[in-house]
Amino acid sequence: MAEEMRILMRNYGKIDPLNIDDYLNAGGYKSLEKARSMSQKDLIEEVRKSGLRGRGGAGFNTGMKWNFSYSAVADQKYVICNADEGEPGTYKDRLIMENDPQSVLEGMAICGYAIGSNQGYIYCRGEYPYVVEILNTAIQQAKEKGVLGDFNIEVRMGAGAYVCGEESALIESIEGHRGEPRFKPPFPPVIGLWGKPTIVNNVETFANIPVILEKGADWYAGIGSKSYPGTKLMTLTGDIVKRTFIEVPTDITIRQLIYDFGGGIPEGKKFKAVQIGGTSGGFIPETLLDTLIDFDSMAAIGATLGSGAVFVMDETRDIVDVTNRITKFFEHESCGKCSPCREGTKRMHEIVDKINNGLGSATDLDLLGRLGTVMSKACLCGLGQAAPSPVLTTLQHFRSEYSNKL
Amino acid sequence: MADYKEIVSKYKDIPGGLIEAYHALQKEYNYIPEEAIEVAAQVFGIPKAKAYGVASFYSYFKIGKRGQYIIRMCESAPCHVAGADQVLKTLESCLGIKAGETTADGKFTLELTECVGQCQATPVITINSKPYGDLYPEKISAILGECK
Repeated sequence: MAEEMRILMRNYGKIDPLNIDDYLNAGGYKSLEKARSMSQKDLIEEVRKSGLRGRGGAGFNTGMKWNFSYSAVADQKYVICNADEGEPGTYKDRLIMENDPQSVLEGMAICGYAIGSNQGYIYCRGEYPYVVEILNTAIQQAKEKGVLGDFNIEVRMGAGAYVCGEESALIESIEGHRGEPRFKPPFPPVIGLWGKPTIVNNVETFANIPVILEKGADWYAGIGSKSYPGTKLMTLTGDIVKRTFIEVPTDITIRQLIYDFGGGIPEGKKFKAVQIGGTSGGFIPETLLDTLIDFDSMAAIGATLGSGAVFVMDETRDIVDVTNRITKFFEHESCGKCSPCREGTKRMHEIVDKINNGLGSATDLDLLGRLGTVMSKACLCGLGQAAPSPVLTTLQHFRSEYSNKL
Repeated sequence: MADYKEIVSKYKDIPGGLIEAYHALQKEYNYIPEEAIEVAAQVFGIPKAKAYGVASFYSYFKIGKRGQYIIRMCESAPCHVAGADQVLKTLESCLGIKAGETTADGKFTLELTECVGQCQATPVITINSKPYGDLYPEKISAILGECK
């Protein structure tokens, strides 16, 4: 049986997250010291070589991203930690921040040195006020110890807008505006917060940085899948025996995830579907369970690794009803800036709701398919582009459930 | 009005401080008073429409009076399949209000929310941001009893 591999969560349960001395005694901040002894170029090359890809969902090579900001000439640059974890079924960033907040600060400071920034922000979702307190305590302790040097970190609170997980919307929100995504290009690494080069990385991405510096890029690149190395923190929800978190190398299959790590389906029931990566992820049927969880393998079956949420549904679940709930979510969370998303999410929910209530017809299924395809291509940001994914994948793999309700 | 100005002014010189100011107002009052938005517009030197536009964009902010205890029921998919509907019905009948309403004595406001990130313990509610998980209908009255 495959085993858990705790790299990110190496300090879980072993240190007091509110006492920086515990982190220092466990080797904390040695990686920042090491990073500062390297040239910026060598440091970025080391991160690039590790193969670390962004853990927020887009999966871009972290070192390459940093290089864009490093290469940009500006009097001020910023580092932002995206802690606006709002993807339903996901709580892995909260776990990292609650249990090892200093590892996130250290990762941010390493990024700050690499790109030439002395100012960082953590944008933490408003639903986590208790995490904000932990972060502020951790920052205070790091300042008192002087470990961050001239790198300053402030916490900003989000206020319940899912779209702010999108990096340019997040930047708008820190600037004090409505959290609406910007037109791209230019991308944030070149023109970001207050028009300055800005790296926005997810909590989990930053938490990976210190250990990569400590053990080396080659070591990290050798873990898990070649195209998406390292471990991934996953959260198991829904109809699964162990509703918990696990950290696994990225070369395991979905089946191992559910049965070996999650203990399978409770009460002897049969598996029906799993949605991975959060509420915008595709629905995966039994026949595809032997797919590897890494980013590219998931993309190849029309699914995502996304946030690492694993939402399992047993044979008794009504796929159309769950999809209806999901379409309501996107109608609520669409920011309204672009019309394919503003109108599309509304109509999509309307049609699925109609079918769910037994009032749909066969033409509605075709209409849903067409609407979903248009949205995935025409929406301005990732929210609208990914919103149809649950509808399109359930139409593909569970079409009979729709047909039965017509 | 004076109080609003005092709270909001603290954030005037912080870049992007408007949202921080709204958080501070909501921490003080449990909601954002409508007049406070006008004050914020003056203090930050922006049009009232913009100040209102920012406050109304974010679902965590509520403009207009709410109760002493804000109960938010998560209705995202993992909570949905774990029985959120039954918990919501129980909350509505115990409190005698529907989602979106406040009890006549001003003690409780019941709201729906999307994921609050406590999915290891679905279904989940939060009361003044504190999460309560692994809920079922029989648990509700004891939890409400904790709200004095």
